Amino acid sequence: MAIDIGAAEVSYLEHRGVHRGIASWVLSTDHKRIGILYLTSLLSFFAVGVLIGILMRLELIAPGETLVSARVYNSMFTLHGMIMIFLFIIPGIPAAFGNFFLPILIGAKDVAFPRLNLLSWWVYVAGATLAVLSLFSGGGAPDTGWTFYAPYSLRTGTNVTLAVFAAFVLGFSSILTGINFVTTIHRLRAPGMSWFRLPLFVWSLYATAWVQVLATPILALTLMLVMLERIVGLGLFDAARGGDPLLYQHLFWIYSHPAVYIMILPAMGVVSEIIPTFSRQKIFGYKAIAFSSLAIAFVGYLVWGHHMYTSGMSDTARWVFSLLTFLVAVPSGIKVFNWVATLYKGAIDLAPPLLYTLSFIFLFMIGGFTGLISGALATNLHIHDTAFVVGHFHYVMFGGTGFMLFAALLYWFPKMFGRMVPARPMWLAWLLMFIGFNALYFPMLILGWMGMPRRYYDYLPRFQPLNVVSTAGSWVLALGLAVFFVTLWRARRHGEIAPANPWGGSTLEWQIASPPPVENFERIPVIERGPYEYGEIPPVE
Amino acid sequence: MGPVTSYSTAAVDSVLVFIVAVSMVFLLGLTIAMVVFVVRYGRRRHPRPEEVRQSIALEVTWTLIPTVLVLAMFFYGYAGFTLIRSPPADAMVINVLGRMWDWSFEYENGKQSDLLRVPVGEPVRLALHSADVLHSFFVPSFRIKEDVVPGQENFLWFKPEGLGTADVFCAEYCGTEHAFMMSTIEVMEEAAFEEWYATLDRLEDHPAYQVMDDVGCFFCHTVDGTIEGGPTFKGLFGKARRVVRDGEEVEVMVDRDYLRRSILDPAAEVAVDWDADMPEDAAEDLTAEQLEEVLDFLEIVR
Repeated sequence: MAIDIGAAEVSYLEHRGVHRGIASWVLSTDHKRIGILYLTSLLSFFAVGVLIGILMRLELIAPGETLVSARVYNSMFTLHGMIMIFLFIIPGIPAAFGNFFLPILIGAKDVAFPRLNLLSWWVYVAGATLAVLSLFSGGGAPDTGWTFYAPYSLRTGTNVTLAVFAAFVLGFSSILTGINFVTTIHRLRAPGMSWFRLPLFVWSLYATAWVQVLATPILALTLMLVMLERIVGLGLFDAARGGDPLLYQHLFWIYSHPAVYIMILPAMGVVSEIIPTFSRQKIFGYKAIAFSSLAIAFVGYLVWGHHMYTSGMSDTARWVFSLLTFLVAVPSGIKVFNWVATLYKGAIDLAPPLLYTLSFIFLFMIGGFTGLISGALATNLHIHDTAFVVGHFHYVMFGGTGFMLFAALLYWFPKMFGRMVPARPMWLAWLLMFIGFNALYFPMLILGWMGMPRRYYDYLPRFQPLNVVSTAGSWVLALGLAVFFVTLWRARRHGEIAPANPWGGSTLEWQIASPPPVENFERIPVIERGPYEYGEIPPVE
Repeated sequence: MGPVTSYSTAAVDSVLVFIVAVSMVFLLGLTIAMVVFVVRYGRRRHPRPEEVRQSIALEVTWTLIPTVLVLAMFFYGYAGFTLIRSPPADAMVINVLGRMWDWSFEYENGKQSDLLRVPVGEPVRLALHSADVLHSFFVPSFRIKEDVVPGQENFLWFKPEGLGTADVFCAEYCGTEHAFMMSTIEVMEEAAFEEWYATLDRLEDHPAYQVMDDVGCFFCHTVDGTIEGGPTFKGLFGKARRVVRDGEEVEVMVDRDYLRRSILDPAAEVAVDWDADMPEDAAEDLTAEQLEEVLDFLEIVR
């Protein structure tokens, strides 16, 4: 059964609108162009974040001063965190791939509010500019860690006020995108695209968008209060003025824990697209996966206190948060079981997108299991604020979301740019990244258990051997990243011309031309089947 | 010989072993399943996918089993935690002061130390205080940690098993020299500890103490933290404080220079929230040498 979408028109890349040159991008309201804008900007910031990360690892290759002073190192981990979290991974998959593919996947011509969509990119750029400005003005780059814990953040002479304002502005970009996606999914589904015919990536974007809309305002408020504390000495968080440092931590994590799910849920959505396509198998447990996204988004609101087991909050609060934390592990487990079950009796093509996806599952499991160690009360008291936690969240955020962002790039690149990505260099990039990643972060888990605290510029000699392994791992990982992105960059111009459906996918984006026409569908399609029916699509050789 | 352990070490380690063991079963099982499926159902060997029926039974199974397992992990972690959070009533209480960037310890008899010396086998309860920002008292070999929060007293307790030393780190980022904020716990024989503990390096024995008592400093300033007419000397040295200088509020470090200025010319820089009512001639009777001794004294009152 072919889906009637009318005749192809000119692709979004070649379309000549009212603007020319760069303006045809930065003033475009086309969700696809905005997706590319986001992709370009966030990958640029990713490169900066990686560079800072490599320098930090180099500093830690030996105890004592290797490269920079303690003061500079402290600013480096602050910047690395701010850039990677606020500028790369939170916008990440939703802003780049969500923008590009959400309307196509539900059979719409654009998002519900195209201009708001462009505005959210501009707000993102404004926030990013402020963040960069904060490095070079006032007292210099902030040195508080990305968490801005009071009262240190209130008394440091560095430019925390502007950096916090930058994060405040970035929050609005996130909220606008969230509102846009929720509305789009409710209002713009094509005829016949019922809720349970939505591709699972859309479900994950839907859950994520609600978290963005409901949680981000709390961050905005909290950051505004930090600014007021610094500027007028409000005294909410500073014990010296009768405030409570723990209040800041509660407010901060009420947003920042759900934010972790903003980061990981869309990545899980991409997994649920790639596995069916490359195993030519209907996804196992569609509803279980869809509802587990909602469950994660909901329970994710209630576990913020697990960042605070050692903070001095009541023992009752500690065990309640621990219990809830263990419950939130279950829906993630359900997803993994269903993904693996989808492979069963399929016709599996281990092409690069699937390879990266299966690596995601492996690395994410390690991230999840180390999360259990962090979530249990007794063990948390030991590993909290150590290198173990740093290793744990890099397994989740980089091994998880990062690898899935790469997988999404490999999967959708032919659709976005109309060119195929050569597979061999991507196997090499995978090998380097997989080895480098584990060499970089696994030693941190052991170091943390041995007792090395995080955010440490210097360490005792007994921690050195594993730090050397970790630093060497960062070089291998960086090499893998270089192979990956150079290959993509070359493929953009020199790759083979991509057909409309190179992977034999069954979702709507594969039924239109590569790259997609300006308005996606000449005629809005009528949907008569679920998203993962492969029986009718001939296999790709 | 490794570092000293506490009763809590084994309790925490057993929780780790349990979680890691269960996790390894799942990690290996699922990874092997992925590899086997990819090989067994590779497209070349298995070109036609076979329909697999959705299974409610399977969904329920892999929801319930993990739920039971994570609840077991929760309870196991909770049990260890309860132990760590229940100090015996007869534990020796030691006050810990964390500040940017060192630790100091004060015992029940007023003895002060930069090292945490404790007798072997005796329960010790630490009362954690911060002079400035957040810190965290972390003893890796005891597997315990608790934040040190300004304006709030948190606690930890431990019971060392065996003689030797254990590292103390600050685990909550606290500024430039966070990584250098370390100390050591030294576990001693009961007798050796008692001997050390009894030799009180009392403030009253300091040469400056009598001088200051004669001058009358202690009418308004205390050395034990209580507030009389003026700020207490305890913990004053090395802190940043806001003062009014020439009608303007500025921040100064309390160092020897600042203290010398304040003694010689009390009204020049008055701490915010205090009236400028210290006598102008307070230091009149002090010789230059005595003044330096007083500064030495103020440096150690913490």
